[in-house]
Amino acid sequence: MSAVAPSTLGALVAGIAAGSVRVVDLTHTLTPEFPTIVMPPEIGQSAPFRMEEISRYDAKGPSWYWNNISFGEHTGTHFDAPIHWQSGRDLPNNALDTLPAGDLVAPAVVVDCAEACARDPDFLLTRDHLLRWEEQHGPVPARSWVLMRSDWYRRSGAAFANLDNEGPHTPGPDAELIRWLVTERDILGFGTETIGTDAGQAAHFSPPFPAHFHLHGAGRYGLQCLARLDELPPTGAVLLTAPLKIRNGSGSPLRVIALVEDTATRNPTDERHGDA
Amino acid sequence: MMTPLPPPPKANPLARRKVPTLPPRARSRAAHGLTAGAAVGRFVLQRCAGCGRYLYPAREICPHCLSPSLEFRDAPGGGVCLAESRIAVSSEPYFRERAPWRSGLVQMDCGVQLVAHLPAQGIEAGARVEVRLVLDRAGQAVFFAAPAGAAGPDDLADDPAWREMSADPRHRRVLVSDVRNPVGLAMVHAFRQAGARHVFAGCRETWKPAPELDALRGAEGIEIVPLDLADERSVDDLARQIGARTDILVNTADHVRTGGVFDPLSLGRARETLEVTVLGLMRLARAFGPVMAARGADGTHGAAAWVNVLPAAALANEPGLSFHSAAHAAVLSLSHALRAELATGGVRLLNAFVGPVDAEWYQGAPPPRVAPAALAAQVVDALRRGLEEIHVGAVAQELRDRLAANPKAVERERWQ
Repeated sequence: MSAVAPSTLGALVAGIAAGSVRVVDLTHTLTPEFPTIVMPPEIGQSAPFRMEEISRYDAKGPSWYWNNISFGEHTGTHFDAPIHWQSGRDLPNNALDTLPAGDLVAPAVVVDCAEACARDPDFLLTRDHLLRWEEQHGPVPARSWVLMRSDWYRRSGAAFANLDNEGPHTPGPDAELIRWLVTERDILGFGTETIGTDAGQAAHFSPPFPAHFHLHGAGRYGLQCLARLDELPPTGAVLLTAPLKIRNGSGSPLRVIALVEDTATRNPTDERHGDA
Repeated sequence: MMTPLPPPPKANPLARRKVPTLPPRARSRAAHGLTAGAAVGRFVLQRCAGCGRYLYPAREICPHCLSPSLEFRDAPGGGVCLAESRIAVSSEPYFRERAPWRSGLVQMDCGVQLVAHLPAQGIEAGARVEVRLVLDRAGQAVFFAAPAGAAGPDDLADDPAWREMSADPRHRRVLVSDVRNPVGLAMVHAFRQAGARHVFAGCRETWKPAPELDALRGAEGIEIVPLDLADERSVDDLARQIGARTDILVNTADHVRTGGVFDPLSLGRARETLEVTVLGLMRLARAFGPVMAARGADGTHGAAAWVNVLPAAALANEPGLSFHSAAHAAVLSLSHALRAELATGGVRLLNAFVGPVDAEWYQGAPPPRVAPAALAAQVVDALRRGLEEIHVGAVAQELRDRLAANPKAVERERWQ
C-alpha cells in the first residue's frame, strides 16, 4: 500500500532511517552537579537531581541494576506548564496531566543570538531583533516554539550559572518581545539554553520574570536548559517535547528531540551522540 | 628532651599494612565511671561518701567503711612514681607490637595507688607526676602519668605512647567536609596551624560563587575538593580518591533553618536538613569509615579520629529550630553507632557540641555566640587530649549542666 501512496508518517520514518531527517537531542544529561535555579535561601528551594543506587548486580539485587532518583520539577532540561506561574493559575488544562497532547509536537524557529550573548551575558532579545529576523526568514509561524540560541549549553558549572552578588547574569528575552510574540505571533512557547526562559536579571524587569508572566498567563509553555540549538536550522525543525504526566505538575525534566529535514549542504552529524 | 616525631615516610606499597590491634577492653560496669570522666577530659576517681576516701580500682562497696555510697568525683591528679617498668615482651598483641612499653606504679596524693602508662622516655622512680585519665585505643579509661608541671598535652605531643592516647593532628591528613560555612573554614586554618600535613577542604555546589574560599586556593597544604554530602556519588567519588589518605575527618556539614513544626516551610526544610546532616553523615561514614577503621594502626600517623560538630540543640530540642534540633539528635544517636564501628580499628569519635556560632543563620540568636575560630581551636585541643565529647561555649556548657540537673526544666524553659 505504502509503495503506491506513502503515508506522511511512513515518509517520516523512512526519512529518519535514510538520514534525510536528522534526530537531534536537545537535552542535557541529568546529573547532581547540573546547576539549578537559585532562590533566596530563606524561601522554598527546588531540589537538585539526586540518584541513589538500589542494586547493581550485587547483594542488593543480584541480576539487576537500578536507581532511586529525585529532583525538583524544574531541574535540568525541563518544561514549564502554565500553572507554574501565578498568571496562569486559573487557566483550564494548565498542568502537565491536562495540557493538550497535541501541543507536545510542534514546529520551532531558532533565533541565533550566540555572538551577542558571548559579548554580553546580560544580552536581551527584543522585538526589533525579531522583526529583523523575520525580514530574513519570514514571520514566526503561529503555534510554534521560538528558541533563543545563545550557545550557553557549551558552558558548564559556574560559567553556566554565572552568578555574582547581583544574581545570575544570563541572556533572555525582554518583556516587550515576549508580550508581542504571544499576542501578535501566537507562539506556542519560548525556549532557552539558560536556566530559565527569563533573563538572569529578570527579577528587576516589569513585570518581574516577564517570560514566565506573559507565556504562562496566555497558556503557553517554556523550555529551558536546552542544548545544541546550533544544530537546528532557523526554520523547519519540529520538536517533540513530552514532559512527565504528573498530576497537577507544574513542569518536569524531559527529553527534547528535534527532527530536522536536512538540506544537501548540511553535514550529516552523528544522531546518537550524547551530551555537549 | 623529647625526640621530635619525624613526618611519616611514604608508605611502602610492598609491605602489608598492619591490622589494627587493641589493648584489653574488658571493664566492670562500675569502672565506666572512669570512662565517663576520661571521655570529657576530667580526672575523676571513685570516692566514698561515708568515709571520704578515694578508691581505686572501682568497687561496689567501700573497703574501708563498707559504705555502698560511692560516687565518681573530680580528684587531684598529682602523685609520685614509686616504680617504673619497661615491658619488653607482653602477652597482649597490642603491646607486643609497641614494645618496649613503659608503665609505673604511682602513689597518688589523694591516697590511692594505681598503675599508669608512662611516656616512652622521661619519668623515673621518685619523680613527681601529674596523672591524666585518658581513653586508650580501645576507648577504655586508663591512667597516663605525665611529668609534673607539664603545661598540657602539647608537651607530650611527639611521645609515641601519648600519641596512642590522643589523635593529634600533627603530620596527619584531614578532611573538612564542608568549608562553605564559617565553621568549616575555621577548621581548615586551625588544623593547618596544628601541623596537619594536608587539609582537604570539601566544597559543595562549586558552581556557586565562594569568594570566602579565595584565601584557600593555592595555599600550601590545603586543597579544595568537591564534596556534596547530599549526593551519594559525590561522596563516593571523593572517598575513592582520598579515603585511604584521610586520617582525621571533621564533619562540619550543616543546614541551619529556623522553624517550628507548624511552620509552612518545615517539611521541605526538614527534608533538606536531614539529607545533609543525618543521611550526609551516613554517606560519609559508609564511604570513609571502613577504610579509616582499617588504617587505625597505619604507622605513627594512621587514621585517628572522626569529628562531628553538633549544635547543642541536639541534646534538647529548641522549638524555634525544631527540625534542625531533631536532625542533630539523630546525628548524635547515629554517632554512637559510628563510634562503635570505628572503634574496631582504634579510631576515635569526637562530638563537639556548640551553641549558636557567629554565622549568618544564627543572626537571631542572642549573644554569647561562639566564634568559629574558637570552636576550631577547641576541637584541635580535644583531639590532642583524645576526648570523645566537648561542649564549646557558655550556651552548650550551661545546657549540659542543666540537663544533668533537670531535663524537664530545660524542656519547659525553652518555650514557657
